[in-house]
Amino acid sequence: MSIYKFLVYNNNDPRNAGLLTDAHVLGFQHLQSIVIHDLYFIEGQLPQEGLQQLALKLLTDPVTQSASWMELPAPLSPAETDSVILEVALRPGVTDPVAEQIVRAAHQIGIYGVHRAATGQRFILRFDSSISSSESIRLSTTAISAALLANNVIHHWTIGEITPSFPEELASSGLVEIISIRNLSANELLALSKERRAALDLPEMQAIQNYFIKEQRDPSDVEFETIAQTWSEHCVHKTFKAKVTLDDGQVIDSLIKTYLKSATDKINAPWVISAFIDNAGIIDFDDEFEISFKAETHNHPSAVEPFGGANTGVGGVVRDVLGVSAKPIANTDILCFGPQNLDPKFLPEGVLHPRRIQSGVVAGVQDYGNKIGIPTINGAILYDEGYIANPLVFCGCVGIAPKGLHRKDPQVADRVIVLGGRTGRDGLRGATFSSMTMDAQTGDVSGASVQIGDPITEKGLIDVIIRARDLKLYNDITDCGAGGLSSAVGEMTSTIGCDVDLTQVRLKYPGLAPWEIWLSEAQERMVLAVAPEKISALHKLCETFDTELTDIGEFTGKGRLIVRYGETVVVNMDNEFLHNGIPQRQLKAVIENPSIRLSASKSVPQAVPQAVSQTLLNFLSSPNVASKAHVIRIYDHEVQGGTVVKPLTGVEADAPSDAAVIKPIGTKGMKGIVLSNGINPEYGKRNAYKMTWSVMDEAIRNAVAVGADPERIAVLDNFCWGDPLRPETMGSLVEASRGCHDAALFYGTPFISGKDSLNNEYLGADGLRHAIPPTLLISAIGIIHDVRQAITMDLKEAHNIIYLVGDFSAEQKTVPDVPVSAPQVYRALHQAITSGLIRSAHDLSEGGLAVTAAEMCIGGRLGMDISFESSALFTEVNGCLLVEVTPVNVAAFESQLDNLPYKQIGTVTQNPFFNILESASISVTDLVHAFNNPNHL
Amino acid sequence: MKPKALILQAHGSNRDFDVMEALTLAGADATGIPLNELRMNKTLLSDFQLLVVPGGFSYADALGAGKLLALDLASYFEEEISAFVYAGKPVIGICNGFQALVKSGILPGEKYKERGKKEASSTLTFNEKGHFECRWVTIKPVSKNCIWTKNLIENITCPIAHGEGNFQTNDLFPLSSFIEQDQIALAYTHTSGSLANGEYPTNPNGSTLDIAGICNPQGNVLGLMPHPENHIRTWQHPRHTRGESSGSGLKLFENGVKYASN
Repeated sequence: MSIYKFLVYNNNDPRNAGLLTDAHVLGFQHLQSIVIHDLYFIEGQLPQEGLQQLALKLLTDPVTQSASWMELPAPLSPAETDSVILEVALRPGVTDPVAEQIVRAAHQIGIYGVHRAATGQRFILRFDSSISSSESIRLSTTAISAALLANNVIHHWTIGEITPSFPEELASSGLVEIISIRNLSANELLALSKERRAALDLPEMQAIQNYFIKEQRDPSDVEFETIAQTWSEHCVHKTFKAKVTLDDGQVIDSLIKTYLKSATDKINAPWVISAFIDNAGIIDFDDEFEISFKAETHNHPSAVEPFGGANTGVGGVVRDVLGVSAKPIANTDILCFGPQNLDPKFLPEGVLHPRRIQSGVVAGVQDYGNKIGIPTINGAILYDEGYIANPLVFCGCVGIAPKGLHRKDPQVADRVIVLGGRTGRDGLRGATFSSMTMDAQTGDVSGASVQIGDPITEKGLIDVIIRARDLKLYNDITDCGAGGLSSAVGEMTSTIGCDVDLTQVRLKYPGLAPWEIWLSEAQERMVLAVAPEKISALHKLCETFDTELTDIGEFTGKGRLIVRYGETVVVNMDNEFLHNGIPQRQLKAVIENPSIRLSASKSVPQAVPQAVSQTLLNFLSSPNVASKAHVIRIYDHEVQGGTVVKPLTGVEADAPSDAAVIKPIGTKGMKGIVLSNGINPEYGKRNAYKMTWSVMDEAIRNAVAVGADPERIAVLDNFCWGDPLRPETMGSLVEASRGCHDAALFYGTPFISGKDSLNNEYLGADGLRHAIPPTLLISAIGIIHDVRQAITMDLKEAHNIIYLVGDFSAEQKTVPDVPVSAPQVYRALHQAITSGLIRSAHDLSEGGLAVTAAEMCIGGRLGMDISFESSALFTEVNGCLLVEVTPVNVAAFESQLDNLPYKQIGTVTQNPFFNILESASISVTDLVHAFNNPNHL
Repeated sequence: MKPKALILQAHGSNRDFDVMEALTLAGADATGIPLNELRMNKTLLSDFQLLVVPGGFSYADALGAGKLLALDLASYFEEEISAFVYAGKPVIGICNGFQALVKSGILPGEKYKERGKKEASSTLTFNEKGHFECRWVTIKPVSKNCIWTKNLIENITCPIAHGEGNFQTNDLFPLSSFIEQDQIALAYTHTSGSLANGEYPTNPNGSTLDIAGICNPQGNVLGLMPHPENHIRTWQHPRHTRGESSGSGLKLFENGVKYASN
């Protein structure tokens, strides 16, 4: 068979300018121009006419693009003297949805000679005269390729013309290895764990050894890998379930039980439908519907391959929501990166530049969220040097489902059904990968752990599952995440047992060993328990929505996990051992005295009383405060037609909303959902316990600011921490968990789900540890009873009165306290909102009162006169908001807040100046300019 | 009786339910039918009085937005859709639907295909800024010939959400007769009422002549990039908390539904 190469180009390709800017920012000042062409490789047998048809009808837009093609190997095109060609293609096996469509569409238009396809890109680089020798051109091109244009994890590339590689067609491999474990010494057990990247410690390895001594045989590789995945930090949360001994001798038996679940149990809110037991937390919405919420992290994959990591992060959390039979209706994304203007020479070896990580992550979120048709409506982006080597990517998803249709009850004789994408070698050992510290080689050796998503296949899953749910076609459902079928099928059959055959699983390409099929993390797959008589109805639905259905076995009721590869039994284990046999981890924790340093934060300018104006403008354009519009606008936040309070708001839609409000399509009445978040790595470095209170308060006050009922807010926890085997790290994790418990009870706000990502550390080639700041994300989901009463933060009208609401403490603390009155203040404010007394509200957070007031001016393009002590203008506090009240409502408003702390501080003015009595006078134009021009980009 | 509207659900449509809501509110009896289902029963189309190709990312925009859906339209439904259009029944393609109508030649219309010797002379290509963008825009109903936009007085305020919405033509395109035949249906406009004149972000994608939507010479087929179906209730307006409520997209759908019921 021949391979043909197509080159498609548009001389005015808008991607060129962006690439040139990126290259310059990354330090390649000598690059003069860069031009991108798309490459398509077609394997098959085609006549000249077929090639032409393919180019004209399929591969080009005839109005804007041109194409040329040739059969490979082709004579090298003559090198132009002043430019260099770099070609990049995906590695074999990396998901390439475009390539799949080329084959399908070629057949559709009658070009049957197309067998396989692959895609790639050509970059034509031109340097200025300082880079002229062929050696310096080669070096510069190689460096740009590594820094910007290709990623060894998923690409191969070459200077000159690339030869595409298609996955080799191997014969199916039934190879099963037996792992001798029964006679290993302690050291040998640990060596085995390391060799297979199992991330298991000695007691865990010994538990496996003892089990197989009892079974009088050694495990197969499939069994060993199954246990490693099932017992991974990612799947079983062993740190949060560990027995922790504190330095004062106190013992905590499981952080989850002691602090998180127990808070939810004590609050015992009647509107919590499901907490901590399912793929997502579920709360009551109205008489007809329930809503679910889950947030996941995809940190390690995003560090190695930002686009794919974030892409599959979104896909994964969407499947979590599908796993509770809900239709996904909103996404949230909270991202933490290193400084965007980091000098490349300070970049640790093997680490991508934060700017490249951000652009890849954002593109990955955009690609998946937009294409699958879920609005991305809430989020945050934070910058800190602690995230240079370990970016954090939190992906959240909200779902809605009619009450009573979600089933979690597999029956004996049900079939084990896999829906969706095919299985390849993708993401092998992802669960254990994410449970290990990374090093400079991680990117190379863990290549297979990273993959690219296919949102349209997952859209098909949504279409099928929502309808299958309504038709009651399944008895149980779960998603394939880390650990693949081993986790999904293993979990689902944990009480009942199953017998499955791996030769039934549909593969992307042959040649996978049984353990690879069983462990593969190929995306876009769900596992269902379906009664035999309902299979045909499900089949029909799947055909309608181009979704594949595979029957791989049955639920047996025998309590054992049996996996076959054709005739060979490759797993035969007791479910009780697999799911409850993991020894509880014993961890030590040291609670350090909260650091008393009030360190000058590197990312935030400090207040200088003498120069209030300049300080304020610096704050507004500082990375963590400045506008994120360049990211927000590339996410679709309007699809599904329910977005009531949008992420950007105000007269010119360029001011930051405190929270998002959506009214789900198809619901009756005027109820809506409020989404907000709280996160503060800076406080995390200083005092984990007080940080936790602060971020709880932040999430709740943001939700209340737009109109959420404070009595109807639930939260999720997402902990991103360092290595818990270090007692100080464990100590701060204990303190944060205790903070979750105490703050949840204080507000009456239950946790409904959570997740942890530990070992966010990077052992640099320099031998130094690069750990992230202890980072806790609190994601809040609230109810607003009438979306028409939603409040935005933009000033509405001149002459209105501005109040500071809440107990403002002028003293700058290391981490601000949460005022005792906060819950009462929020309830009273909510009353005032539902009584129609509030025109705008905005919470005080980073940068304090001055930044809050300035953002309200930006939103309304109106001025404000306030009187406030200049020394407290930038003080960061909890529990406080600024609100705008019409003069006629002043008395009614004040009576609502009777006995609670509030203070009139100023008025709204038509004159577009922000005037602070005796301190500053700044034009709104200047505020807008500062906010919209982040100083780090 | 309410006119029956068919919403064609392709592999990757995602604003199908949004437009269903809009059409229902506008008085139609709207049904979503998956493309594969319609393939099994093509004559079904003739039972309907109105056809919608909704927004989304059909086939993930592989090889160009709307391109592979256009291929589906051409290879599975060419006769049926031609008959539907020829009968003068209202058709609307929004965003990805618009892209598919243009890339299948249904828009700007048969004549253009012939004149260009069956080669496309207009397209929707990448936004000038080079990336996807979601923001609210103002569009002015221009065409008096298009059954969807005629008699609309007020400008429509609604979001765009696309990466490939830049309407461009090549030398083969008969621009003067296109304008003469009143085929510019909707144009990006400043809130003051004057045309964007290419100014970003009022014209968010760089479209030639600020074109946001076009129709066929008969005026029954409309394609547009913005999403009027996402502004059919007051609380969807980006400044509803400021008391603003103008520019509902519902009237456009009411026009189509009214025409379909005649």
